[in-house]
Amino acid sequence: MFATEFEYKKASSISEAIQLLSSNEGAKILAGGHSLLPMMKLRLARPTMVIDIGGIEEMRGISVENGTLRIGALTTHAQIADSHVVQEAAGILWETAYGIGDPQVRNRGTIGGNVSHADPASDLPTVLTVVDAKFTIQGQGGITRRGSRTVSAGDFFVGPFTTVLAENEVLTAIEIPVLAENQKAEYAKMAHPATSFAVVGAGVVLTVDNNNVCTAARVAVGGLTPTPTRGPSVEAALVGKELTDENIAAATALIDGDLGSDILGDIFASAEYRRAMAAIELKHAIFHATGLAHH
Amino acid sequence: MNIQVTVNGKSHEKEVDPRLLLVHFLREDLGLTGTKIGCDTSQCGACVVKMDGVTVKSCTCLAVQADGSEITTIEGIATNGELHPVQEAFWEKHGLQCGYCTAGMIMTTVELLEKNPDPSEDQVREGLKGNICRCTGYQNIVRAVLAAAEAQRS
Ligand SMILES: Cc1cc2nc3c(=O)[nH]c(=O)nc-3n(C[C@H](O)[C@H](O)[C@H](O)COP(=O)(O)OP(=O)(O)OC[C@H]3O[C@@H](n4cnc5c(N)ncnc54)[C@H](O)[C@@H]3O)c2cc1C
Ligand code: FES
Ligand code: FES
Repeated sequence: MFATEFEYKKASSISEAIQLLSSNEGAKILAGGHSLLPMMKLRLARPTMVIDIGGIEEMRGISVENGTLRIGALTTHAQIADSHVVQEAAGILWETAYGIGDPQVRNRGTIGGNVSHADPASDLPTVLTVVDAKFTIQGQGGITRRGSRTVSAGDFFVGPFTTVLAENEVLTAIEIPVLAENQKAEYAKMAHPATSFAVVGAGVVLTVDNNNVCTAARVAVGGLTPTPTRGPSVEAALVGKELTDENIAAATALIDGDLGSDILGDIFASAEYRRAMAAIELKHAIFHATGLAHH
Repeated sequence: MNIQVTVNGKSHEKEVDPRLLLVHFLREDLGLTGTKIGCDTSQCGACVVKMDGVTVKSCTCLAVQADGSEITTIEGIATNGELHPVQEAFWEKHGLQCGYCTAGMIMTTVELLEKNPDPSEDQVREGLKGNICRCTGYQNIVRAVLAAAEAQRS
């Protein structure tokens, strides 16, 4: 399958990419190409210009500084899954990256491309929302135009395949608070058997004291809602409770009320089924996080 | 657009349309038809080649993205007419029937064993997740990979 015709440009810096985006209507950025190229081959996307950012070194890399894990937008899923730094700082992301697609998808696909594409079935939007990641976005400078800004993951996703990114903005890096010793984080998904995309995915970050009592909780589900959905009722029900089987089951059942009415369904899994699975995946995530179950 | 790509150690310079896929470039422009096209939708792994040290699905990569890179295809892994240990093991353990998936399976296996020279059976199955075989039922493929791992370790 061939895409429609387009002009190909290789950007060597972030500013060059922004410049090209700003001056060419219908231009699109190409990172790992594992969402954009399939869309172009199916002619669901028809960019007039493709701006390859794959060679921009300043957009790669993993580092930890002052309690913050920083990952360049062009870092591949495989680089994250192979990184001991990520494993130590945010094990939930490390493990999620390993569960994406297959080895070849991980070798090409990037963290920045994954969230910019904002597929509701992607894993990283849910995980980055639950860990409260911050996205660094760069646009054109100047007084009337946006320069650099930071958006938290919870505000980044607007709808299916839609984010707050303006047409001439580039996501350059993602920052994640390093998880503390007493924070347990986990992501569980019901994976589509062919692609590993999330039919339903659930992420949790729980702060747990020495008596196994939950003192703070963040939970989010994805795959079944247009954007990752936090579970405030579940969070409230977990805080102050000992993390026993019964308490976890009771709290996670409350996710149903947090989901809203816009539930996605398709030929693989109906909306009704996905809704029913949300509490189950959330429970799995908490069981794994607290060691009540093993992988 | 003019691109330069080193394939199996040999440098090539060609003029290509930006929408040309790497797999078509390899098969049609360079005549390296060992790499196959199966699904054309990034799922089956028949088109897997190595690009700058890591395996990629060449149906989901533009030829222009490969500009300046080094590529290894199934044609490039034997040395001086001697099969690569992974090729040898697929032959020995009957890790193929029609052979359509084999080039991709072998390229993926080569990388898998570089990253993990002593994989468990589960790790082999996990590592071959992106390669689909419609014939064998995978049993002999897994046996072949484990045999190749053993051969490479000894
Ligand atoms: C077979 C298969 C299985 C998969 N399985 C999974 C899975 O299990 N879980 C999962 O989460 N994902 C999965 N994916 C998706 C994969 O993770 C993609 O790599 C990812 O969604 C897109 O990243 P990319 O770097 O390839 O982006 P590209 O395809 O290059 O770009 C995607 C979109 O984002 C834009 N973009 C890219 N980078 C930036 C940036 N830095 N700033 C602004 N805009 C940008 C592009 O313009 C484009 O619109 C799968 C993909 C395939 C093909
Ligand atoms: S042809 Fe490339 S993955 Fe199937
Ligand atoms: S041997 Fe026929 S597809 Fe694998």
